[in-house]
Amino acid sequence: MQEIRLKKLEFQTDPAFENGVSNAEAVSPDAAQVRNYLLSRGNSAISDGGFRWLMVLCALSIFGIVVLIATELMVRSKLAWGQFGLDFFYKAFIDTYSHKPMYWDPVNGHFSALPFLYGTLVSSFLALLLAVPLAIGVAVFLTEMCPNVLRAPLAFLTELLAAIPSVIYGLWAVFVLVPLLREHLNPWLIKGFGWTGFFGDDNPTGLGFLAAGIILAIMILPIISSLTREVMTAVPNSQREAVLALGATRWEMIRMGVLRNARIGIVGAVILGLGRALGETMAVTMVIGNSPEISRSLLANGSSMASVIANEFAEASSDLHLSALMELGLALFIVTIIVNAFARLLVWAVTRGEPASTH
Amino acid sequence: MPLPACWCGRLRAESRRPRIKNAGIQEKGLRISAGEKKLKNEHKIRAKFRALSDGAATGLAVLATILVVAPLVAIFAYLVYKGANSLSWAFFTEVPRPVGVVGGGMANAILGSSILLAVGSLIGVPVGISGGIFLAEFGRGTKLAHAVRFTADVLNGVPSIVMGIAIYSLIVVPQGHFSAFSGGVALGIMMIPTVCRTTEEMLLMVPNAVREAALALGVPNWRSVLAITVKTASPGIITGCMLAFARVAGETAPLIFTAFGNVGWNTRLDEPISALPLQIYVYALSPYDDWHRLAWAGALVLIVLIVLAVSLVRYVTSRGVLKGAS
Repeated sequence: MQEIRLKKLEFQTDPAFENGVSNAEAVSPDAAQVRNYLLSRGNSAISDGGFRWLMVLCALSIFGIVVLIATELMVRSKLAWGQFGLDFFYKAFIDTYSHKPMYWDPVNGHFSALPFLYGTLVSSFLALLLAVPLAIGVAVFLTEMCPNVLRAPLAFLTELLAAIPSVIYGLWAVFVLVPLLREHLNPWLIKGFGWTGFFGDDNPTGLGFLAAGIILAIMILPIISSLTREVMTAVPNSQREAVLALGATRWEMIRMGVLRNARIGIVGAVILGLGRALGETMAVTMVIGNSPEISRSLLANGSSMASVIANEFAEASSDLHLSALMELGLALFIVTIIVNAFARLLVWAVTRGEPASTH
Repeated sequence: MPLPACWCGRLRAESRRPRIKNAGIQEKGLRISAGEKKLKNEHKIRAKFRALSDGAATGLAVLATILVVAPLVAIFAYLVYKGANSLSWAFFTEVPRPVGVVGGGMANAILGSSILLAVGSLIGVPVGISGGIFLAEFGRGTKLAHAVRFTADVLNGVPSIVMGIAIYSLIVVPQGHFSAFSGGVALGIMMIPTVCRTTEEMLLMVPNAVREAALALGVPNWRSVLAITVKTASPGIITGCMLAFARVAGETAPLIFTAFGNVGWNTRLDEPISALPLQIYVYALSPYDDWHRLAWAGALVLIVLIVLAVSLVRYVTSRGVLKGAS
């Protein structure tokens, strides 16, 4: 559109230049200088085209990066894929002597992603369970209830929460959260809810799924709450006024006027938070306990896809081991891409009318 | 003639129920049937329930906010307390000592982090800004632009550890050794989507009249974009770059298998290099109290840098995105 306008502009002004140069001196020396200068620069079509293509190239490099990551991971994980195929994701090797499942045994070359899938899912959903109600509460408070004086500082604080590097969350979790869990929360949970089987007392370290879930919840809170806030402010005020005019209390107004209209976007925000939780590495690695086991107890040590890569990649003992880790990375890549794409579409659907999507 | 409802106090009954109820009955001379009484009771309970749930919702929202702010305050307070106690001059001037020797600092990690970030910015900022220029200036409304925007958003959510192992197999394996260069590339690639998207958003805020004025003067398009549009939006674009910078400054996962870490000084791009987050990670998981102390000091330095960057950005943006240059 703009391009066309530009061409027209040049087309119209060019003849004017031809006429203008001859009588330019008579009109004004300044104008003549400008015109001479413009004429001396010659045709800008080449440089314009070149610039344009350079920009397009840089934009295309984003596709290039995604493709490059995908192909690299695929090439490097070929060995594990050839060895295990799809079994990698749902089968475990059964030890012939102890008849116990061996999930991850670098020494004997048995690899299965099962415990890591389990660990990633458990810690992420635990995080969502804790973070979603809080995040929506914060968003509701900040958009609908908060006095104006508090709004900006509180929004800034929650944004700050997003700016803290994950290794610092991990550091805090190792030295503050884990001892807290070990000494206070875990004994209480074991005593009160041990009968459910979710809180076994065989891990006295305080590390484990619960610690990972809590720290993940703190980390994904700002993402979910800021996106929820964005979606809720996108709800038109007329909706709020209409509900209030019917005699609704404030909570009824929020429930019927705001949350109901924004629900798709909120789901998108939650899924985006899930995407972040699935791939979070450092903080989880530091507190999840790092043992490739599947255990019903939330207080047991576990391991997630990202944490096992961070832990074992540098010391991978064999090509097969390295390849299996690469395959885990590929799986993580594909899963997070799908989750993120889905969430983006949902959020866009609310904030921009319709998904300005890929097709 | 019967009185209108509002005159006989029916409407006021909503607010002052007990007294008006009797008055209404006497005036009309009616008996209340059992059903009506029940209905009224239900209304009463309902109104109470509504008021109660409203209060409860408000209370819960406030509670949620407190619960969210609490860990933030806890983390910050503890970090400042621990970090300030452990900071010393040596932290900024010395390299780590061997295991068991008390003292030492993270000077090499600070230098390493700045080298890595410089390499990352050299890659991420130009490519990201160019991508943003394409989205805002050339590709408006085209399918390609939508696809690029979408991919950038998705790329933003790719876990950093995946980026790390991809760069490992792309650069470290062919080279045969860990290097500062590969770490910088990993950080640079992670910056691209953020820079690209903020640049686009800022450029879209530049009024079209500015572009048209430049073109009307016969300025070639590339020049009008670079010298007029981008310059007008430059405070916003710098903001975006700083945000991306702050984000990758704390990244650890992509550096474990690329920059790898180093206990001594290194300024060469083709050798392993130390980085602040990496050093914090290693020290936090070590069994030595002295190293824990250093990890806290490092964390404090890192967070101060990041918070400074973010608040600077916040300050600039709060003054209006386009005010600075116009």
